[in-house]
Amino acid sequence: MSRLLEMKGLTKRFGPVLACDNVDLKLDAGEIVGLLGENGAGKSTLVKMLFGIYEPDAGEIYFDGQLADIEGPGDAIAQGIGMVHQHFQLVPPLTVAENIMLGAEVVPEGGPGSVVGVMNMAAAEERVLELSKRFGLKVDPSAVVEDLPVGVQQRVEILKALNRGARLLILDEPTAVLTPKETDELLKVMRSLADTGVGIIFITHKLREVLAVTDRVTVLRNGKYIGSAETAESTQQSLAEMMVGRSVVLRVEKGTAHPGSSVLEVRDLRVRDDRGSAAVQGMSFDVREGEILGIAGVEGNGQRELVEAITGIRHSESGAILFGGIDMTNATPREVSEWGVAHIPENREKDGLVDNYSVADNMVLNTYFKEPFASRGIRVVDAIRKWASKLIEKFDVRPRTITSPVKSLSGGNKQKVIVARELSAENKLIVASQPTRGVDVGSIEFIHNQLVHQRDKGRAVLLVSAELDEILSLSDRVAVVYEGRVVAELDGATATREEIGLLMAGGSASEAAVS
Amino acid sequence: MTDTALADPEVGGEDNDSAESSALAAGLRGLRLPTVAVGLAAVAGGILLIVSGENPLSVYWSILDESFLSGSGIGRTLEKATPMVMGGLAVAFAFKAGLFNIGGQGQLLLGAAFAAWVGYNFDLPLVVHLPLAMVVGGLVAALLGAIVGALKAYRGAHEVITTIMFNFVAGNLTDYLVSRDGPWNDPDGGAIARTPRIRDSAIIPTYGDIPIGFFIACGFAFLIWWLLNKTTFGFEIVTTGANKHAARYAGIGVNRIIILTMAISAFLAGIGGAIQSQGLFGRFEASNNAGLGFDGITIALLARTNPIAVIPAAILIGGLNASTTRLQQDFRIEPEVVSILQALILFFVAAPSVVRWLVRWKAIGDEEAIQLTGGWGA
Ligand SMILES: Nc1ncnc2c1ncn2[C@@H]1O[C@H](COP(=O)(O)OP(=O)(O)OP(=O)(O)O)[C@@H](O)[C@H]1O
Ligand SMILES: [Mg+2]
Repeated sequence: MSRLLEMKGLTKRFGPVLACDNVDLKLDAGEIVGLLGENGAGKSTLVKMLFGIYEPDAGEIYFDGQLADIEGPGDAIAQGIGMVHQHFQLVPPLTVAENIMLGAEVVPEGGPGSVVGVMNMAAAEERVLELSKRFGLKVDPSAVVEDLPVGVQQRVEILKALNRGARLLILDEPTAVLTPKETDELLKVMRSLADTGVGIIFITHKLREVLAVTDRVTVLRNGKYIGSAETAESTQQSLAEMMVGRSVVLRVEKGTAHPGSSVLEVRDLRVRDDRGSAAVQGMSFDVREGEILGIAGVEGNGQRELVEAITGIRHSESGAILFGGIDMTNATPREVSEWGVAHIPENREKDGLVDNYSVADNMVLNTYFKEPFASRGIRVVDAIRKWASKLIEKFDVRPRTITSPVKSLSGGNKQKVIVARELSAENKLIVASQPTRGVDVGSIEFIHNQLVHQRDKGRAVLLVSAELDEILSLSDRVAVVYEGRVVAELDGATATREEIGLLMAGGSASEAAVS
Repeated sequence: MTDTALADPEVGGEDNDSAESSALAAGLRGLRLPTVAVGLAAVAGGILLIVSGENPLSVYWSILDESFLSGSGIGRTLEKATPMVMGGLAVAFAFKAGLFNIGGQGQLLLGAAFAAWVGYNFDLPLVVHLPLAMVVGGLVAALLGAIVGALKAYRGAHEVITTIMFNFVAGNLTDYLVSRDGPWNDPDGGAIARTPRIRDSAIIPTYGDIPIGFFIACGFAFLIWWLLNKTTFGFEIVTTGANKHAARYAGIGVNRIIILTMAISAFLAGIGGAIQSQGLFGRFEASNNAGLGFDGITIALLARTNPIAVIPAAILIGGLNASTTRLQQDFRIEPEVVSILQALILFFVAAPSVVRWLVRWKAIGDEEAIQLTGGWGA
């Protein structure tokens, strides 16, 4: 295969942080390279330089053997480089075809339409169908984007890039937002794209995916190029060690649980979603002191609404939520947290952080009014800084500056700020929603150990996760939800992947037991 | 993440210094854009003056001489600047919570009218009378602001719409109160719609040429800065403005904050009106305060919504306004030229990308771009 891309000595500095330090990366046509590294290693920065979002301080990019001058994303697209961002750049009320053609509209030649640029929808849809057939990406060109599941929206993003003639595709943590099934489909699509000659740079923290789909991996650590390896010669263990620089325990070590009395009781709870349709449809379960209850389920089966109702953010329509026997249905978020509930929210940028605030202010986002962070309504900056400094050490938030705005942190480090804040306060119940999304293997190990540690201290943990592995390795009991109901409660020690997988997909308990 | 990371080492110390210095650096960086904008406006305005046959340097010298280089000139400038400081504070403060208060005009009128009413209608000792009149003026305006806030918080009514509508309500209400048939009309005023004179015990004095009201306004600027930066209440306001979802998550009563912020914002504008009545005119006269409330928007933008920066911004614009008579005398330049200069300054401040393009100054920040209002549904 011919060499498609060669990046030589790329360097990028943000103030005191050297995000990329003399990094090399090579890619052949038709090859899939996994770009691995801890949170803040510089992966996103590297690909953003390739896509023209950041201007490199030093280094050269050769595309197709030619020294490429990429001034901005427009340049990158014109030269055949496409990128799928984690936050989709789609126009929700438009159709799939309209989105794909946006900026590259098919206009009828001659005719009156060509003067004002009236779009030829039929031709556009035909072109989308043709693309989707050629690359094996199934979409309905006339579907409206906002009605599509996340996995399909992502496919539209990929098609958009391919429509512009992308021969190199950058995927920055594309699977973080996907269900396991959608992930499998994406990996298949990536393989078939590579077979047509497209080169792919694939960033992910999930080693299983790396092993499944890549040809080669390149590892960064602290902005430096550490090395490359053939995927065929790698294992999860060897990749994890290369990333972190030490051996990593991939399995959670935990003793048996010693559950006490109920901390959280949910009784026949009903909650509506933003559009007003029933999301939680009569859920009941308990979480006791000293145990981890895992909520397993495909995303969008009422988990978000459940968590928001428990934490006071969303109104419960009927049913009851009890903390330690006290009825706290529809309590305010402040009342809930004052009672002793910590909350790691699913959407960290939206709910869990104020992007413009410093790391320090985010560390006290929900305790800012308490001693010692405030005294008679006046904020005590020294106490806040001390506390934040302590937490970034303990939870290994990088870089180690409490004054930089949270928006300059890498995705995984943002998550660590939230985890640090929520697990460091004195609490009785911890509600953790997707606690390790976007977090590197070393930090996953750390967060998992922290959750087990909380359990062993006698706290109750409600874990909501779309990662089956996470559910299986942490939960003492597993509640599987489907369409807003708890369809089964299983013992965490004996439940299997297959059994839970089937229940999540709407299979009955008896079917699951047979399988 | 080794086990040692779990220990709690002593940290802090050196981080603090860098934080102080970076806050200072950020403050200085914030000054850059307005300074460049004023410079560019002077150049653009200069071209305009040349085209109309004037020497821009002598015009600018006249402005400086008239407004800043004599005691009475400074007095006049500060008189003009005082309601601008308050109006600018009102807009800047609301903006911190993500709200756009363009009802400063109506709030100022209410403050001016009610302060005047307390001022002429009661006979009280100075220590009580003077502050009481101001506070009543501010509180009546605050009530209006609270209604706007409540409509926003509970009914989703956009504050831009409601504050504009309340400008009409407040304008007509105060017009009526002092009109010939109104209850507060000055019987000695003949056809003029105004209140009787405010008693001496409620008059804000001047010290030589310098109006004391200006220093009251500056006091409010520092108070607001302190409130926003040092108190938990300020943290709640800024958090609500920065990310409403995160604010709710953090347990902040977002609706309460919206109502309180709007009320305080209107209070500030109302105090501006009270100082006009008690310090400048000695009464409320319906036609005296036209358009003043809208200058607040200009000032807040120029100050990039920093409460302290509101003071120099108001002095600059106040000084320009104070020179119109002299310009007319010396050059026969219409007062509109000053408005054009003001508009140019505002234009360059509001469009940092234009400035960046003009001075090829890459560093002028994206981070500084100001968006004064969210989507209409927000
Ligand atoms: N715009 C920016 N301003 C300042 N610092 C930045 C900026 N972007 C990234 N950084 C810093 O550069 C470093 C590398 O960040 P980058 O986002 O590339 O990490 P990453 O490898 O993608 O991590 P993750 O896996 O967590 O997404 C981090 O220390 C980050 O804080
Ligand atoms: Mg990243």
